[in-house]
Amino acid sequence: MSGQSPEVDTAKINTAVAQATPTAPADDTPLLRVEGVSKKFGDFRAVDRLSLDIKAGEFFALLGPSGCGKTTLLRMLAGFETPDEGRILLGGRDIAPVLPHERPVNMMFQNYALFPHLSVRDNIAFGLKRAGMARAAIDTRVGEMVALVKLDGLEKRRPDQLSGGQKQRVALARSLARRPKVLLLDEPLAALDKKLRESTQLELMELQRRLGMTFIVVTHDQEEAMTMANRIGVMDAGRLEQVASPRDLYEAPASRWVAQFVGDVNLFDGEVSSREHHQLTIATRDGGAIMVAEPHDPVGETVVSVAIRPEKVKLLRRGPELDAGNAQAINQLEGVVTDVSYLGGSTVYKVKLDSGAVVRSSIANTARLDIDTLSAGQRVIAWFAPDDCVVLER
Amino acid sequence: MMARRVGRMSPFNITALALGMAFLYLPIVILVIYSFNASRLVTVWGGWSLRWYHEFLNDRAMLDAAWMSLRVAAVSATIATLLGTLAAVGLVRGERFRGRTLFSGMLYAPLVMPEVISGLSLLLLFVALNAERGFWTVTIAHTTLTMCFVTVVVQSRLASLDRSLEEAAMDLGCDPVQAFVRVTLPLILPAIAAGWMLAFTLSLDDVVIASFTTGPGSATLPIRIYSEVRLGVKPEINAICTMVIALIAVLIVIASLASKLSGARGESAAPL
Amino acid sequence: MSTRRIFARPARYAAIAPYLWMVLFFLVPFGFVLKISLSQTAIAQPPYVPVFDFSEGWSAINAAFAQLSFDNFRLLASDSLYISSYLRSVVVAVTSTLILLLIGYPIAYGMARLPQRWQPIAMMLVIVPFWTSFLIRIYAWINILQHDGLLNKILLTLHLVSSPVVWLSTDTAMYLGIVYSYLPFMILPLYATLSKMDPSLLEAASDLGSSPRQAFWLVTFPLSLPGVGAGALLCFIPIIGEFVIPDLLAGSGSMMIGQTLWLEFFTNKDWPVAAAAAVALLVLLVPPLLLYDRLQRGTLEGGR
Repeated sequence: MSGQSPEVDTAKINTAVAQATPTAPADDTPLLRVEGVSKKFGDFRAVDRLSLDIKAGEFFALLGPSGCGKTTLLRMLAGFETPDEGRILLGGRDIAPVLPHERPVNMMFQNYALFPHLSVRDNIAFGLKRAGMARAAIDTRVGEMVALVKLDGLEKRRPDQLSGGQKQRVALARSLARRPKVLLLDEPLAALDKKLRESTQLELMELQRRLGMTFIVVTHDQEEAMTMANRIGVMDAGRLEQVASPRDLYEAPASRWVAQFVGDVNLFDGEVSSREHHQLTIATRDGGAIMVAEPHDPVGETVVSVAIRPEKVKLLRRGPELDAGNAQAINQLEGVVTDVSYLGGSTVYKVKLDSGAVVRSSIANTARLDIDTLSAGQRVIAWFAPDDCVVLER
Repeated sequence: MMARRVGRMSPFNITALALGMAFLYLPIVILVIYSFNASRLVTVWGGWSLRWYHEFLNDRAMLDAAWMSLRVAAVSATIATLLGTLAAVGLVRGERFRGRTLFSGMLYAPLVMPEVISGLSLLLLFVALNAERGFWTVTIAHTTLTMCFVTVVVQSRLASLDRSLEEAAMDLGCDPVQAFVRVTLPLILPAIAAGWMLAFTLSLDDVVIASFTTGPGSATLPIRIYSEVRLGVKPEINAICTMVIALIAVLIVIASLASKLSGARGESAAPL
Repeated sequence: MSTRRIFARPARYAAIAPYLWMVLFFLVPFGFVLKISLSQTAIAQPPYVPVFDFSEGWSAINAAFAQLSFDNFRLLASDSLYISSYLRSVVVAVTSTLILLLIGYPIAYGMARLPQRWQPIAMMLVIVPFWTSFLIRIYAWINILQHDGLLNKILLTLHLVSSPVVWLSTDTAMYLGIVYSYLPFMILPLYATLSKMDPSLLEAASDLGSSPRQAFWLVTFPLSLPGVGAGALLCFIPIIGEFVIPDLLAGSGSMMIGQTLWLEFFTNKDWPVAAAAAVALLVLLVPPLLLYDRLQRGTLEGGR
C-alpha cells in the first residue's frame, strides 16, 4: 500500500479527472512536462536529452520507427524505467523518483498483459481494489467501465476465452478504471486486424473526448497517429524530430527525415541561387531550377532540399495541353512514364525525368470511367506550384 | 510419380514406439499382476488373491518403515518446495547479486552428483555436529536434494512468465511484493505443485542417501525393500511396490487434473 | 533503475534462506569430505583422526596443514581394486550410453513424427515411469529375470533354451536395468530437438532430390546432434556414480566406483578412503559436466 489513506487516493484520482477536462484548461502550464530526459542502456542512448510538454486533455501520439526510443519514453512516464538525467513533471511535481504503483498514470500494454488467472471483472477491478475503494463503489465503477467499452455479458470470462478485440477492450477498461491523469497506450491497436483497427481508432478518439482524459499513444503506424492524435511527436534515434499537428507534420515537415518518414515525398537536392519577390530559386541537380515560395522562417543555409508530395505533382501531356496558364513554364520537368500503379482511390505514376531522376505523381481517380489515362512510355511534363514545395535544410 | 508424404509415420517408426512403450511398461504391469498372485512361489500363478497385502498390513516393521517414509517425504517435500521456490525467485528475479554463481552452482550440483557422494558428505556433517540420526537427518538430506529439483521446475516457469504482467500489476497500484503475491504466485502455482510432487516422489524413492543419513531403528521403506530384495524375491514386496505405484499414480492424476483446471487459465504444468 | 531492478531487491532477500541452507547442507558437508579424505584412518568412533580442530585456533590449523596426508589418494592410485572399479565405471557408463542412444533415438524419432495431438500423450507416457519408484522398477526386473522367472519360463516354453539361463547377477542384467532406468533421460532431450525441427526442411531435402534415408542422415540427424549430446551426457554422468543397479543386478565379481565407496564406508568402516574415493569420483565427473554446460550454453545462444 502506498501509505495514503484510501479515501484520499480515490478523491485525488477524481479531482484529476476534473482538472483534466479540456473545457477548463485553467492556465497554460502543461499537465506533463518532460525536461531534458535521457536514458541509456549500456552504450546505447535510447532517449537523448528529450524535452516535451503535453497539455491536459490532449491526444498525443509518439510516432517513430522501431528502436527510436518511443516505448522507452512511455515506460519512463509509467515509472518502469527511471531517467538517467532530466526531470518528468506531472502537474508541476517531479515524478521521476515515484514508483509505478504510486503514480496517477496508467498504461495499456502492447500485449495487453491481462492477468490470465482473473476474470474480466477482476481484471478491471484489480487497480480499484489496490486503491482501497469500497466494494460497492468498485462494483459501480466496473459496471461503468464494462458499459464504456461495450463488454456487457463477458464479465465472468477469463482472458483466454476472449477474442483479440475483446482483450483489447478489457485492457483499456482496466487502465481507465482508476481514472488516471494520463493514460499511456503502447501500440494499442498493433495486435488487431486492419478492419478492427480502423473502427477501434474512432472509438478511442470518441472515448478520449468523452472522458476528457489525456492520452499518450505510442505507435509506429503513421496513419493511426494522424487519425487519432491532436499532436504528434515524431521520434528518431532518441530525439524528437518534430512536434506538430498531423496537418503541419505532413504539409510542413521540419526536416528531410520527417518528410520522408511521414508519407511519400519527392526530394530534390540543390542550392539557393536567388531570392526575390518572396520566391526562391533553387538550382537542383536533377530538376533544374525550381521556384519555391519563401518559407516563414527564412532559410539560413544555401544548401537545401526541395520536398514535394506526389499528389501535388501534376502530369501534362506534351503538346497542346500546355496552355497560357502554364506559359511561364516554371517547375516543369520533362520525362517518360515508366510505371503506373492503380491503387483504387488514386493512381501513382513514376516518371523518369530526362535528367535520370524519378518523380512520383499521385493522381486521384475522380471518375469511374477515365479514358484519358496515361500509360507507360508516354512523354509527359511533371509540374508543381511554388506554394506546394517545402524547402528543407540538409 | 507420386510425391512421398514426408510427414507420415513409417512402419519402422510405429514398431520402435510400440516396442519402446512395451519395454517401459511391461515390467511394471507384470509386477502389479504378480502382487495379486495367491501362490508363494513368485512365478507360479496360483489365482487372484489379496494375501500379500494382508501380509504387508500385519508386518509391523514394514508398516513402520512405510510410515517413516511418508512422513519424511511429506515434510521434506514441503520444506523443499518453500526453499526451492524462494531460490527460483532469487535466481530469476534477483538479477545479479554477490555470490549468485556460487548459489546457482550449489543448486545445480546435487542434480548430477552421485547419490553416494551426497549421502556420504551429509553423514560426515551430521557426525561432526554430533546430531542424532533418524527422522530429521533423513528429512534434511532429502530436502537438500529435492529443493534443487523444485528450483529447476519453478525457475523455468518463472523465467517464461511475461514480465509485463508484473508491470501491469505495479501500474495498477501493487508494490513489488503485492505484485508477486497477487499475480506472479497464482500463475506459477502449477509449477510449484509439480515441484512438490517431484520432491515427494524422489524422497519416497531414495535408498542411497537415506541409508547414509538414517540411524538405527529408523529405516525408510526403500531401505527395507532394498535389504529384502538383496535376499531374494518375496511376494510381499510385490504388494508393497504395487501400493507405492498406486499412490504415485493417484498423485499424478491429481496433478494432471489440477493442471487441467489451471489450464483453463491458459497455464500448463506438465510434471517436470 | 527499471522494473527489473525494482523487483530485484525483494527477490534477493528471498534467496537468503535457500542460500544459507545450501551452504550449510551442501557446501560445508563437502568440505568435510575433502577434509576427511586427507586424514588418517583410525579405529575409533568416528573412525578417523580429525585434521583440524577449530577450537584450538590458527596455530593448530597451521599445524594440521603440516599433517595433511595424501596417503588415501596414494592408496587409490596404487591399489588395483580401485583402479579397476574406476575403469569399470567408465566402461559401463560408455557402453550403457551407446545402447541407450541406439534404443532411445528410434523411439524419440517415432514420437516426433506422431500426429500433433498424440505427442503430449506420448511424452507423458515416457515421463510417468520416471515418477514411479526407481527401486521398484529394478525390482520388477528381478521378478522377471530370476531363475524361475517369467523370461526363463517363456524361453523354455518356446524351446529356445533347454535349461534355465542365469540372468541375475550378470552384466547383461545390469545393462538391462541401467537402460531401463535411464531411457526417459535419453528420450526426452532427443525428442525435444527432433520435435522442434521444421518439417519443411525434410520437404526441401526431398525436393532437392534426397531419398528419405539420405534426408535423414543429411538433415535430421546432424540437426539432432545437440539433443544426442545432451541425452548422452544426461545418462553418462549419473551412470558413472550408479550404485543400486549394479549392486542388485550385476555379479559380485567386479564393482563400480559407487559400490567400492559403499563397501569401504559401510563394510570396512574406512571413512577416509571412502571420502577419497568420493573426491576421485567427482574429479572423474568434472570433464563431462563442463562439456554438458558448454553444450547447454551453445544451444541457448543458438536458439536466440
